[in-house]
Amino acid sequence: MSGVTQTTPAAAEAAPEREWRPPSYWPFVVPALVVVLAVIVFPWLFTIWMSLNQWKVGSPTTFVGLANYVRLPNDPRFVEAVGHTILYTALSVLLPLILGTFAAVVFHAKFPGRGFLRGVFIMPMMATPVAIALVWTMMFHPQLGVLNYLLSLVGLPPQLWVFHPGTVIPSLVLVETWQWTPLVMLIVLGGLAAIPTEPYESAQIDGAGVWQMFRYITLPLITPFLFIAGMIRMIDAVKSFDIIFAITQGGPGSASETINLYLYSVAFIYYDLGYGSAIAVVFFLLIVAMAAMMLHMRQRTLWTEIGGGA
Amino acid sequence: MTDHMISRRTLLAGTAAAGALSLTGFPARAEVQWKKYAGTKLEVILAKGPRGDNLQKYIKEFTELTGIQVESEQIPEQQQRQKAVIELASGKPSFDVIHLSYHVQKRQFEKGGWLADMSGYMKDPNLTAPDLVESDFSAAGLQYARNDKGQMLSLPWSVDYFILYYNKEMFQKKGVAVPKTFDEMVAAAEKLTDAKEGTFGFVGRGLRNANMTLWTNFFLNCGGEFLDGKGGILTDGPEAIEATKLYQTLLTKVAPPGVAGFNWMESMASFTQGRSAMWIDGVCWAPPLEDPAASRIVGKVGYTVVPAGPKGQYSATYGDGLGIAAASKNKEAAYLLCQWAVSKAQGARLLQAGGGVPFRNSILNDPEIQKGVKMPKEWLQSVIDSAKISKLGLPVIIPVAEFRDLVGAAITSTLAGADPAAELKKAHEQFRPILERSEKA
Repeated sequence: MSGVTQTTPAAAEAAPEREWRPPSYWPFVVPALVVVLAVIVFPWLFTIWMSLNQWKVGSPTTFVGLANYVRLPNDPRFVEAVGHTILYTALSVLLPLILGTFAAVVFHAKFPGRGFLRGVFIMPMMATPVAIALVWTMMFHPQLGVLNYLLSLVGLPPQLWVFHPGTVIPSLVLVETWQWTPLVMLIVLGGLAAIPTEPYESAQIDGAGVWQMFRYITLPLITPFLFIAGMIRMIDAVKSFDIIFAITQGGPGSASETINLYLYSVAFIYYDLGYGSAIAVVFFLLIVAMAAMMLHMRQRTLWTEIGGGA
Repeated sequence: MTDHMISRRTLLAGTAAAGALSLTGFPARAEVQWKKYAGTKLEVILAKGPRGDNLQKYIKEFTELTGIQVESEQIPEQQQRQKAVIELASGKPSFDVIHLSYHVQKRQFEKGGWLADMSGYMKDPNLTAPDLVESDFSAAGLQYARNDKGQMLSLPWSVDYFILYYNKEMFQKKGVAVPKTFDEMVAAAEKLTDAKEGTFGFVGRGLRNANMTLWTNFFLNCGGEFLDGKGGILTDGPEAIEATKLYQTLLTKVAPPGVAGFNWMESMASFTQGRSAMWIDGVCWAPPLEDPAASRIVGKVGYTVVPAGPKGQYSATYGDGLGIAAASKNKEAAYLLCQWAVSKAQGARLLQAGGGVPFRNSILNDPEIQKGVKMPKEWLQSVIDSAKISKLGLPVIIPVAEFRDLVGAAITSTLAGADPAAELKKAHEQFRPILERSEKA
């Protein structure tokens, strides 16, 4: 390195303001770099390496190339799990977004006891998912659960909730929605607080109704916040494990088995680490693709926002 | 509790008496040198449950007897299995003694070569008390503990037989007799079902994976065998289809709604609340059924063997044992601990509390020990009768978990109306390559 510094004076004369100096930040970067390499980059490379091997606990490992990846599209359980994941994620992004926005608009208005009620509203977010899951499991019980009792009060027939393949995913989304609507509300509340009041005043003068003001003023202005909330929700929902595992373990049958649950079974119950790693790699690519799509859409809304403002 | 229990003192007295006999001219027999490994420290990894409790509760007696210090921890079953497999595969397990579930792990552990051979220790009179002989373990226990070469790789600890629990009060009310066959059971369950009142004839595991333990009992009684001579799986043949049809009938027509998602816990809840009249599951649930704090049917529970099927009557059998890690440096001391855990004294305590059933016939059939059993006499009788018709409840293969998940999912889906034969066929198309891969590796 010192050899390099000695050859620089000529260049320094030519462009004194861009004198090359040995970077002095390296010692400060090294610790972070080591940590990142050790806990992020290395495990990733190792996972990719494992996914190229037949790697079962208790048996010798052999290099099999892409064989594990070839297995994926031919594995009906995996294909089903992808479908379940997409359905589960779509529902548990949309419902909290809609309800959370509605709640934010309600709690943005000034009324007595607002602070207290806001506090009550965000309480589900603070609870431990596994504890919540156990409580909901009992509430879902078709014979002894409180949900069917509540339905009977309004004259509706009892439901099977998480105990039937057809209703299990919506029922799980109900839990997810109950817990994470407050998060969306908090983000959107922040967005609402940042909106200036002038557009509303002029809209009122022009005779706009409440719905029109929401549709043409509030909604466009909070869209960037909705995208952030949506992205956080999506990443959370797609990798959701605790609630599903604690309530149904992927059942009945495999009706609520998402990629994450299947991955867990393959790697830690069947001890097929090679195939499990291949699933993990594909799962990761899926998350990256979804996040990239959301970012792209957000960029586009930012553009119209600036265009609209100008 | 203390009345009929064989304490360490009587055990010691017994050994002392044996020693005295040898002095008086009987053939000399070496004594177990319990103290030889005093000062050794052992690590034990247990699955959470009454067996683990029973060991930990009395472990001080073992330390007094041998001078061996024991560190043990109980971990929930699933996690314990994962931890054990990962550590054993690494070649440097942190424990000397392991509590293993035979019906899930037997073949995997043998193939991995993870357990030490105990056969030599069992023949060494310096290490083994004269009453501990292989022939004292039940046939199922020996099937589980021995490998293909006949070596003992573990000591069978506690066995789980499937039995029929029934609600006597509900049976009396409808004037129904206790079923002796599957046909009678279906007929009885139909009479006992009253959907308007919310009471049902039968309840059992419907949840994927867990349901296999119940289903295999139907399968065995329909004449099913798990494997052919070459290791091929047979659970999609005519016996399997017949068993699945019975399972489908019971769990859709006469069982509570939502049973497709029931594990033993939800099934037990339905039974203890008096909502279901019959329940087939492992013998170990008697204590909660007879506990007034957890059950509404204390004293009203009948216990009997699983009814006969068209081709036989069996009790699907599962079990756990204690093995020594092949990598352990304290194998002899570890063996002493395993021996103590399956001893008459410890086995009697386990049986008397209803927390498990020892594999050793000398414990189960000892009238003195039987007198001390705190569960109803009928329960004990159902255990003794089940022992006579015991048959392993799951195939002895490596991918047991995959088998239970795939075939279990197929069987659960028949509860939503799918065709048994088609579902079984589909599941086995997925499972056969997995089984072949596991045997090749």
